[in-house]
Amino acid sequence: MIVAGVDVGSTATKSILLNENGEIIARGLTHTGANVVKAAERVFNQALKMADVEEWDIAYTVGTGYGRFRVPFGDTQITEISCHAKGAHYLHPGTRTILDIGGQDTKAIKVGPKGEVIDFCMNDKCAAGTGKFLEAAAKVMDISLDDLGVISLKSKKPLRITNVCTVFVESEIISHLAWGKKPEDILRGVHNSISGRSSSLLRRVGLEPELTFTGGVSKNIGMVAALKEKLKLKINATEDSQYTGAIGAALFALERASIKSVTTN
Amino acid sequence: MMDEIKFKYQGVARTYQRELLDNWYSGISSAKEKGEKVAYLFISGNIAELLRVFNFHLVYPEVNALQCGVKKVAGDFIMKAEDVGYSSDVCGYVKNDVGLILSGNKGPFGTLSPPDLLVCTYSGCMTYVKWFEALAKTYGAELFILDVPYLREGKPTKGDMKYICSQLEELIEVCERKTGIQYDEDKLKEILGNSVKAEDLWVDILQSAKNEPSPFDAFFEAVFFMAPIYVLRGTEECVEYYQKAKLEIEERIQHKTGPIPEEKFRIVMEGPPPWPHFRSFWELFKKWDVCVVASTYSKVGGIWDFGFRHDPSRPLESIAEYATNCYTNYNWKMRSEMIKSYIDDYHADALVIHSVKSCRAFSVGQADARERFIREYNVPTLFIESDLADPRYFSEAQMRNRIDAFFESLEHRRLVEV
Repeated sequence: MIVAGVDVGSTATKSILLNENGEIIARGLTHTGANVVKAAERVFNQALKMADVEEWDIAYTVGTGYGRFRVPFGDTQITEISCHAKGAHYLHPGTRTILDIGGQDTKAIKVGPKGEVIDFCMNDKCAAGTGKFLEAAAKVMDISLDDLGVISLKSKKPLRITNVCTVFVESEIISHLAWGKKPEDILRGVHNSISGRSSSLLRRVGLEPELTFTGGVSKNIGMVAALKEKLKLKINATEDSQYTGAIGAALFALERASIKSVTTN
Repeated sequence: MMDEIKFKYQGVARTYQRELLDNWYSGISSAKEKGEKVAYLFISGNIAELLRVFNFHLVYPEVNALQCGVKKVAGDFIMKAEDVGYSSDVCGYVKNDVGLILSGNKGPFGTLSPPDLLVCTYSGCMTYVKWFEALAKTYGAELFILDVPYLREGKPTKGDMKYICSQLEELIEVCERKTGIQYDEDKLKEILGNSVKAEDLWVDILQSAKNEPSPFDAFFEAVFFMAPIYVLRGTEECVEYYQKAKLEIEERIQHKTGPIPEEKFRIVMEGPPPWPHFRSFWELFKKWDVCVVASTYSKVGGIWDFGFRHDPSRPLESIAEYATNCYTNYNWKMRSEMIKSYIDDYHADALVIHSVKSCRAFSVGQADARERFIREYNVPTLFIESDLADPRYFSEAQMRNRIDAFFESLEHRRLVEV
């Protein structure tokens, strides 16, 4: 039996296929763009191709993320909060706190020993402290998003970025550039600013080790370093961190598919 | 289920409420023409009974604002107020009222007669004082500010009571002068007698939510059921309303039915509703078979379920005591204890806090309350935010995400515990 999880985020869409033993057999990743339905289909097909299976081989599909209701082939929808908890527990069973930084959302989630959500807090109506904040910095400095973290690590004298607004941070950066400040010092300041906001969200749910970092921004090594420095804590972040939501969705799909097969038998 | 079987009293409370409010508003509309006197006042801890002695038509600008919210015209009024310089951070109710005045006082409820007297009956919110000062200037009407001390120690002190009573005596003189009607204590006692009857019935309805399943949604339905006790308290119609509403509730209990087909979660709700999105907000909870069994917003005018009643034998003193006895006049220790008792007494599974951006009187301290309930009391608590009047603060996708995740986690935890 094969099941699927599709996580349609504001910026990226991810898919995961699991076999009946809960092992990952395929992944898909694409930019969400304007057409959510197309993005979901694209990652689903990528994963099908990778696993060399057909759509009808998939016993159950769970959609998650903001676009979860637009996954046309989804059997059910579950919020990314539950999915991240489940996915993080799968990747790192000792997880008790999750920090998920996505394109437009930052979430702190407190989880129980079985991967159940105990509490969560999110940023509200403001993109400061999310992936969008980094995008704004990358754009104004004309640096690719993938290089931001690496460059920030070179910083010897991090600057303090005072702005808490994704729109106005651009003018603050421009002003630093105009004063001849080094890009790496500015970028480390940007990363520190996000880690500051994240840490207050984490404290609101109660930060307990292990901390697992998920979402697209978890790929950024500069962000991982800034968080480590701020929180003085080991942080779980792996190649699969960005897929955590999709993995959780697929795990829910596996549970539901088992129930379905029991009831149909 | 209520939709399938029609019971004898089904829908009576809502229908009669609408009828009462329509009559009340048409009285307000025609007052000026008929030369009848109009007083504007606030809902919280209001002194309606005393003003009734002088035959004032009573207007509550907060109620006008929420009516505009529900009828989806608040957004335009708010923008009008911003056009003349009110900042986006100013209370949505105030801006709605300013926009309404700028539009000739014509709302979905008809045209409002201007005030002969403004009685700022709640001073716990500085914005309220400023709001009525602005109205006094706009209408050239007399303003009386009733300064009500904040409850610092659980109940009003002797000094507080004396302070409020002496102000009420001053107000009586103002009312006599404005209306030419002599203060009549017997009449006040009779009005207060009606208040007590309605208060007893209202508490019975509120406490019916202790039944499982609850026959009544103590937030989404209570906001309609509570209107008569706040705006018409002291009248015979108000008593009659709660007699009818109670029949409907008793019938629901008898048939073990309620606002949702199958009650899965019982919650306590803290904070006001987002009026412009009232329906869709309720749907987000209905989807999870959630029934609100107790709420704080239904206590925003006054709190009776812990024993307070108006007392015809102490007319002015009991009006003074009531003035202090509204939810926003409570400190956070008292609010927390009240919420905690609701959680315990009504067997609630969780607490949901709906915070409003433009009302600090309500929302200050809610973030701390969230932590206290989770950490100290081990009560699952959800914090969501929008606004009570300004539709621009309501983001349905964000709201849905938080509500879905919260109830998913409660459901999941039940499964895991089993």
